[in-house]
Amino acid sequence: MTSLPSLPTPKKLGLVIDLDVCVGCHACVISCKEWNTGGYGNALSDQDPYGADVSGTFLNRIHTFEIIPDDGLVVGEAGDARIVHFPKSCLHCDDAPCVTVCPTGASYKRGEDGIVLVDESMCIGCGLCAWACPYGAREMDLAAGVMKKCTLCVDRVYNETLKEVDRIPSCVRTCPANARHYGDLADPNSAVSIMVAERGGMDLMPEQGTRPVNKYLPPRPRKALANSASQLPLAENTDGAKGFFAWLDSTLDRL
Amino acid sequence: MHPAFSIIVFTTLSGFGYGLAAVLGLGLLGPEYWATKVLHVLALAMISGGLLSSTLHLGNPQRAWRAFSQWRSSWLSREGVMAILTFIPLCISAWLCLFEDTYSPTVGLVGAAGCIVTVFCTAMIYASLKSIDAWHTWLTPLCYLLFAATGGALLAGIGTLLRFYASSIELTLPAMALLVAAWLSKIVWWRRLRSMAPTSTPESATGLGAIGRVRLFERPHVNDNYLTHEMGYRIARKHARKLSRLAVLYGGVVPLILLTLMLVTGSGAPILFFQLGALLLFGVGVAIERWLFFAEARHAVMNYY
Repeated sequence: MTSLPSLPTPKKLGLVIDLDVCVGCHACVISCKEWNTGGYGNALSDQDPYGADVSGTFLNRIHTFEIIPDDGLVVGEAGDARIVHFPKSCLHCDDAPCVTVCPTGASYKRGEDGIVLVDESMCIGCGLCAWACPYGAREMDLAAGVMKKCTLCVDRVYNETLKEVDRIPSCVRTCPANARHYGDLADPNSAVSIMVAERGGMDLMPEQGTRPVNKYLPPRPRKALANSASQLPLAENTDGAKGFFAWLDSTLDRL
Repeated sequence: MHPAFSIIVFTTLSGFGYGLAAVLGLGLLGPEYWATKVLHVLALAMISGGLLSSTLHLGNPQRAWRAFSQWRSSWLSREGVMAILTFIPLCISAWLCLFEDTYSPTVGLVGAAGCIVTVFCTAMIYASLKSIDAWHTWLTPLCYLLFAATGGALLAGIGTLLRFYASSIELTLPAMALLVAAWLSKIVWWRRLRSMAPTSTPESATGLGAIGRVRLFERPHVNDNYLTHEMGYRIARKHARKLSRLAVLYGGVVPLILLTLMLVTGSGAPILFFQLGALLLFGVGVAIERWLFFAEARHAVMNYY
């Protein structure tokens, strides 16, 4: 049924993505593709993978943006101008517009944990859900003719054959910078909810009325390097030396 | 948005078909004339052709029957259900006309209402999408309904001409009024599109507007992907204004002049030429309009590209 759950889901499983930490390495893109091509549903196909016009289905993509304050012209010229790497995958919205437009009932939002999924055996591949999503979270698999999207690694997070440490989405497990976090955003005491509260986690395109579950943590204000100079140890400063090194320091001074 | 050929053919053909079926359902054309019978068959053929063409863009058309199930939430499902339900009175009307030379006002009016509701559902598939500013307005169903009605009235006009070889003022005047209303509503639609501020911006899409202006520095992949192919169509915007003026000129102004000439001429061979010319040019105008409808529409996801 493509009507959304009538009650708020007791759990809101989702991701918190820290834009301050992401280094744009694309490791999560590759691990997502790798896990999901052999996991839930059809493989994530590529078209012309070794040719000139490569394209393929991805459930997670990293964009990179430059942000220039009003008084700046180019990055690095003024104030907080900066480059931000921006991972983007399904936000598992509370008011998911992709679900309600589905004519077949293939798209649905789970009542128990809020994960938005596609039943690929019911999908006719009309593409309307991809049109309805303002975030571009859904991509048609051109080989299978069905819509693909992030499953929040539903085949990992409940999978008791995996070690507990691995029962998180593949992208989160892989991230070498710890920029991606997974948890229950309905629980105010969960680590992700605390992170969101402390760092001012935000919704993407709130004006679209989708009420995304996933949150993004904004980059911290940039500190000017000069302000930190006083805290940097000078190369020839031996004030903190103790024991043998203190003796060596004073002996060598006396020579 | 990518203007898929199959969807343009579907909305144009089925729009004309439903418009014609609705006019036939009003009983304005005598059921005993062969031209009316031909028009009944033509309307059903256009509607079926349009529906079949719409399944061409599906990834798994063999499961299309599943699309009748979600009418509670989905306008696409509602359209499918209404299209099938509307076939029933339309086929009965066609049968009565073709084989029994009669017209039933009940069946005819139910069919006409079904046509209106079906075209409305088609338009609402687009109008309900908040992610596409251009379409998300009540003007979208208004345009679809008026264009379908105009196409139907012009097609029906051919039938009356073949019957009487004289222009019928009771069909031509409403056709002219619909023609004007359709293009006026489209002009308002275009004005709204070209003057509106986008709902979402790269700043709101990334949440980084508090720091400053946001601009894409590097896209996720060097090549195009499904999203940029499907939603990042850019070709038409360069010539959009020119194309829309041409559509109004050839699809609206010239047909209006031809229809006026037809009324003035009154009877004889040239009137068929005027009516056919008006119909064909209107068809060309609608095809351009429908192409622009997709090609000009900007999707919110392009704020990320």
